[in-house]
Amino acid sequence: MDESVTSPDEGAPLPADHPLHLPPYARAMGMEIDRIEDGVPVIGMDYTERAVGRPGYLHGGAIGGMLEMAAFTALRAELDRTGAAMRIKPVNISIEYLRGGVDHRTYAMGRVTRAGRRVANVRVEAWQADRDKPVASCWMNFLLAPKAG
Amino acid sequence: MEDAKNKFPPRFNIPPGVGMDPVQGSKAITRHGHSGFLGMEYVGHGDDWFELALPWREDLVGVEETGVLASGPIISLLDNCTSMSVWARRGEFQPQVTLDLRIDYVRAAVPGKTIIARAECYQLRRSMAFVRGIAHDGELTDPVAHAAGIFMLVEASGWMKA
Repeated sequence: MDESVTSPDEGAPLPADHPLHLPPYARAMGMEIDRIEDGVPVIGMDYTERAVGRPGYLHGGAIGGMLEMAAFTALRAELDRTGAAMRIKPVNISIEYLRGGVDHRTYAMGRVTRAGRRVANVRVEAWQADRDKPVASCWMNFLLAPKAG
Repeated sequence: MEDAKNKFPPRFNIPPGVGMDPVQGSKAITRHGHSGFLGMEYVGHGDDWFELALPWREDLVGVEETGVLASGPIISLLDNCTSMSVWARRGEFQPQVTLDLRIDYVRAAVPGKTIIARAECYQLRRSMAFVRGIAHDGELTDPVAHAAGIFMLVEASGWMKA
């Protein structure tokens, strides 16, 4: 991962083929690359009205969308590290909601459990003030296919 | 740049145990917060099912080259729709939270098309509600996603913050 990584707030969005590029949905929700930890991107998102479900708490879908984005970027960073030029497609996700997400910045980070030739498995946790008290976790599976051309 | 409408929408406030008109209730909920931002719309409901729509929008895209909608908004849509199917089955509003939600992405959504979610509460227990649903972009028999989840009934106090 190069040093020149900037979060979307600091300038133009990274090019679409960059492993840390975040798509329009993620940027609209205020998600950004908060930092890189041991080569793995940590997604950060401030608490805004756009992410609220029942009053005072994050919407389960906003948390789910963030878990997915962390899974995507963790996998893209891993494939970038290993030099594998792959297209990735989400296959499924299973989310456990552990605590209500409150009015606080939220973080999410994925761990690639396995990236094979056809399938990748990723686990993600999201947390707020206390990393040891996650608000949600998930596993997510991806289908991998070689990039055409 | 957030406009004032997105920043400070009026709050919905439904007292627990109150018979909820699913049409008005869902309209109140989809006007605010995350659901309001995504632009969810009421489509229909029955005794144990609910339908919500999510029109395609450029800023909700997940893959810029293709214009395919991100999967995050589909999670949100299915979360809301399955949740509302529980209220439809109960016939009243009760505070509940999502315990778990699993979604299979059967195929990519067609860019530009509205996503429709149809969800059903297929089993109701004292403390839990079991739900399933699909999301499609026009054909019920050709879904883009399939969902299964569980909601837990919770105490009304603390369910929401004023």
